[in-house]
Amino acid sequence: MNASFFLGKLTLAAIPYQNPIVMGAVVTACLLGLLLMVWITYQKHWAYLWGEWFTSVDHKRIGVMYIILAVVMMLRGFADAIMMRTHQALAEGMGQGFLPPEHYNQVFSAHGTIMIIFVAMPFFIGLMNYVVPLQIGARDVAYPFLNSVSFWLTAASALLVMVSLAVGDFSQAGWTGYPPFSEKEFSPTTGVDYWIWSLQLGGIGTLLTGINFFVTIVRLRAPGMTMMKIPVFTWTILVTTVLIMLSFPVLTATLALLTLDRYFDMHFFTNGMGGNQMMFTNLFWIWGHPEVYIVILPAFGIFSEVVSTFSNKRLFGYVSMVYATIAIAVLSFVVWLHHFFTMGAGADVNAFFGIATMIISIPTGVKMFNWLFTMFRGRIEFTTPMLWSLGFIVTFTVGGMTGVLLSVPGADYVLHNSEFLVAHFHNMLIPGALFGYFAGYSYWFPKMFGFQLDEKWGRRAFWAWLSGFYLAFMPLYALGFMGMPRRLEHYDNPVWQPYLIAALLGTALVALGIFCQGVQLFVSIRNRNALRDTTGDLWNSHSLEWSTTSPPPFYNFAKLPQVQALDAFAHMKEQGIPHRATAPFAPIHMPRNTGVGVAMGAFTFAFGFAMIWYIWWLAVVSLIALLVTVVMRANDENVDYTLSADEVARIESNGLPHSAHAPSTVGAPEGVAGEKHNRPAGTHDLATQGRE
Amino acid sequence: MKKIWLKLLPFLWLAQSGYACEGDCGNSRWAILDPKGPIAADEKTLILTAFGLMLIVVIPVIVMTFAFAWKYRASNQSATYTPKWDNSHLIEWIVWTIPAFIVLALGILVWRSTHDLTPEKPLVSTLKPITVEVVALNWKWLFIYPGQGIATVNQLMLPAGTPITFHITSDSVMNSFFIPRLGGQIYAMAGMQTELNLLADTPGTYQGLNTQMSGEGFSGMHFEVRAMTPQEFQGWVNSVKKGQLKLDGMHLKQLEVPSENVKPVYFSGVAPMLFESILQKYAPDTDPTPHHDAPHEHTAHATELKINRMTP
Repeated sequence: MNASFFLGKLTLAAIPYQNPIVMGAVVTACLLGLLLMVWITYQKHWAYLWGEWFTSVDHKRIGVMYIILAVVMMLRGFADAIMMRTHQALAEGMGQGFLPPEHYNQVFSAHGTIMIIFVAMPFFIGLMNYVVPLQIGARDVAYPFLNSVSFWLTAASALLVMVSLAVGDFSQAGWTGYPPFSEKEFSPTTGVDYWIWSLQLGGIGTLLTGINFFVTIVRLRAPGMTMMKIPVFTWTILVTTVLIMLSFPVLTATLALLTLDRYFDMHFFTNGMGGNQMMFTNLFWIWGHPEVYIVILPAFGIFSEVVSTFSNKRLFGYVSMVYATIAIAVLSFVVWLHHFFTMGAGADVNAFFGIATMIISIPTGVKMFNWLFTMFRGRIEFTTPMLWSLGFIVTFTVGGMTGVLLSVPGADYVLHNSEFLVAHFHNMLIPGALFGYFAGYSYWFPKMFGFQLDEKWGRRAFWAWLSGFYLAFMPLYALGFMGMPRRLEHYDNPVWQPYLIAALLGTALVALGIFCQGVQLFVSIRNRNALRDTTGDLWNSHSLEWSTTSPPPFYNFAKLPQVQALDAFAHMKEQGIPHRATAPFAPIHMPRNTGVGVAMGAFTFAFGFAMIWYIWWLAVVSLIALLVTVVMRANDENVDYTLSADEVARIESNGLPHSAHAPSTVGAPEGVAGEKHNRPAGTHDLATQGRE
Repeated sequence: MKKIWLKLLPFLWLAQSGYACEGDCGNSRWAILDPKGPIAADEKTLILTAFGLMLIVVIPVIVMTFAFAWKYRASNQSATYTPKWDNSHLIEWIVWTIPAFIVLALGILVWRSTHDLTPEKPLVSTLKPITVEVVALNWKWLFIYPGQGIATVNQLMLPAGTPITFHITSDSVMNSFFIPRLGGQIYAMAGMQTELNLLADTPGTYQGLNTQMSGEGFSGMHFEVRAMTPQEFQGWVNSVKKGQLKLDGMHLKQLEVPSENVKPVYFSGVAPMLFESILQKYAPDTDPTPHHDAPHEHTAHATELKINRMTP
């Protein structure tokens, strides 16, 4: 047996020793990872991490892990952004920048792939994991184990992208990976294979999550929560899961066809031999456009919660919001061709897709106005989540305007593939998705950990992000009108350079924003006792997740809540209906933690890596291991347990064994449940601390 | 170093107008907003019209955001506070219908302008159109003039005022053919032929480029577009015809070898049906008969154009 049997295409030459930038990043990442592991070992945290987190099937724990994954990947994606901006600011005329073309191309491809698939997706999936079951009054998701599998599949594919930095290369074909460039003939290295397998395996994880949450929302709502009493964030998630279930199989199939092209020399998307590259482009965007709404709709849901809460007012036009969300979702499937009007499909086709795209701006505009009329005659508190929301409304409107402009085919002919386009989609995704997630992060953080995030550093982060965004992307709009195409590794036009330097400074401001967020987290953890919320309802909110303690017990609700109105919790507070359960308690049926999800993630990673490097024996072994694991799990009877009524009573009165709560702060259930839920005076001051 | 530091002051750009080359160098600052042909001019007008229409919604949203945020701030206890007010049929009607009417107006604009500016639509002119066959290669552009029997690489000479019909394909990955100041843009795809009709109003030098990332040489894959008077153009064609280099299968093979930042090359002759053979190479099943591009069809085709084209 020779080495190529054992290692496939993998040789020592796959490690880019000669590239100081890549090696610097690899060494830094490895050192940080090593330091973290040493610290965990030193603190003897491994057993805790394994037992309480990695093997957890609790949606709350999984949600937090998703968010941590998203944040880590955001740092990576943002490092790519800094490299691109720095390079473009330098690479004019005689200046060559610091990246060779093949590296620059990998950087923008990785940036796009990571930011969409491994930042936006896990961030909102993390938030929805944490919030949705609580918001609908459920004890967990419909399939808790599947949820764990979804997470570990996502983590495994994120790891694949990270490994591509150190072993081999990443795709140069952009995050869209258009053939024939992404075919073997033009991209013979493993780069595109890393892209394919990380998207493919992560996509399967996402599809499973979509199914899981769809079933959860449809089947596990608390008694009384009819469809039109579902909180608006959960509504957006419900619609998002439908989008996931309808669109992700298209991605799976499209990538599978490209895989067949690359691995078995088939010709679905090649030049010639019957292949049609535009088939890929169509299929990719049939998934890709709904994908844009998959990451934006949940943020719309968060803004609805936040604007209503901090305007101290009911959400304006709930019914209208729900129908607008559904309308956006339906329309998102009939606009994909606007990504390539320049294909030459003819005037009728282009005009149809142009007009369909514009129609989406109607329900989106309605949402904007509904948020504005939620603020109208309210009492607006400018907390960090509210600032993110206000920044979103103004900035997203500008992005929507440039989007409608791009949906006019005649205008798109001169703006397609330009920096204008780059500015436009960042103008949608940064305020429309990321600001929403940041708002959700600071809004629900006290629910997750029992203490609030520092407001001062939160505001600093917001202003740095917002001004950085404008400085980084407004010059790109101008560059679009100057005819600068996207993805340029070098240019000979001195007129463009000052704008690119301005964009770089904007990126530096965004970096400052991220730094402030880091400081915010550090300061908040340090001052957690002062920032602690003992009420469970820090912001005087209206939905059920706020009716439990912060953080909630692992079973969420000792007794499932009875929903009588939209804004169920606000209704309970108004009517003086007790919302904390009192004795006698009933036993609770709970899922057992399991390491099977971790194992499946590990086997999936091994399978992906083996496929990328043509290590066939490992691919076969890991695939068999994966199948055996699934079969064994399916036959495992010991997957659940019953928490006795006594144990529930003990936890309810003494606090949680796993929570950061001091037992005294939870209070006796009788005491809490008996009173009409108002904030105690002391905590109210704490809650409004730092608000204007 | 000092020069770089100066460039780092981003706001100098306002004073920098004279820094770019003047006039005909093709690097006009606002390429899209400084059109040099009717298509580009229409596209610019379209952008500005659509922009204006959208401001009807965008400006109120932004103004309302700031106004509401200020007026209804929590500290302003004198402002009206209606915590339970969550619906108004009047407002709902307004926020659904006003954007709908604007989209209706934009929709009509889109339908008309898309049919007007569709790339395959021939331009009306008293002058006979010229056909240029465009082939995207790694990483350069090949221009074949079937009517003149010549070809160039990375340089496009055009008679100003004469409609040009481009037939575009790729002998490599997907590229996108774009001359910002003349407007229009269309993909170049192997085995497929796209068409683009453009016209340069006045003589001048403009930049053309590929906007679709195509690999390592992508950034250098631009070409010079020189619009000249018809007499100058004829003179240029005659001078090219005097050259020795003929574009045949062998030379095409050499061109197919990837190369970057390629200087212009002229060919005084072109092997017959070369463009069709490139198309055929990737799509053997397609009809080999040329559609509009054979020289002998030009006259008949030009008469047809006059009937089709409606706008000036």
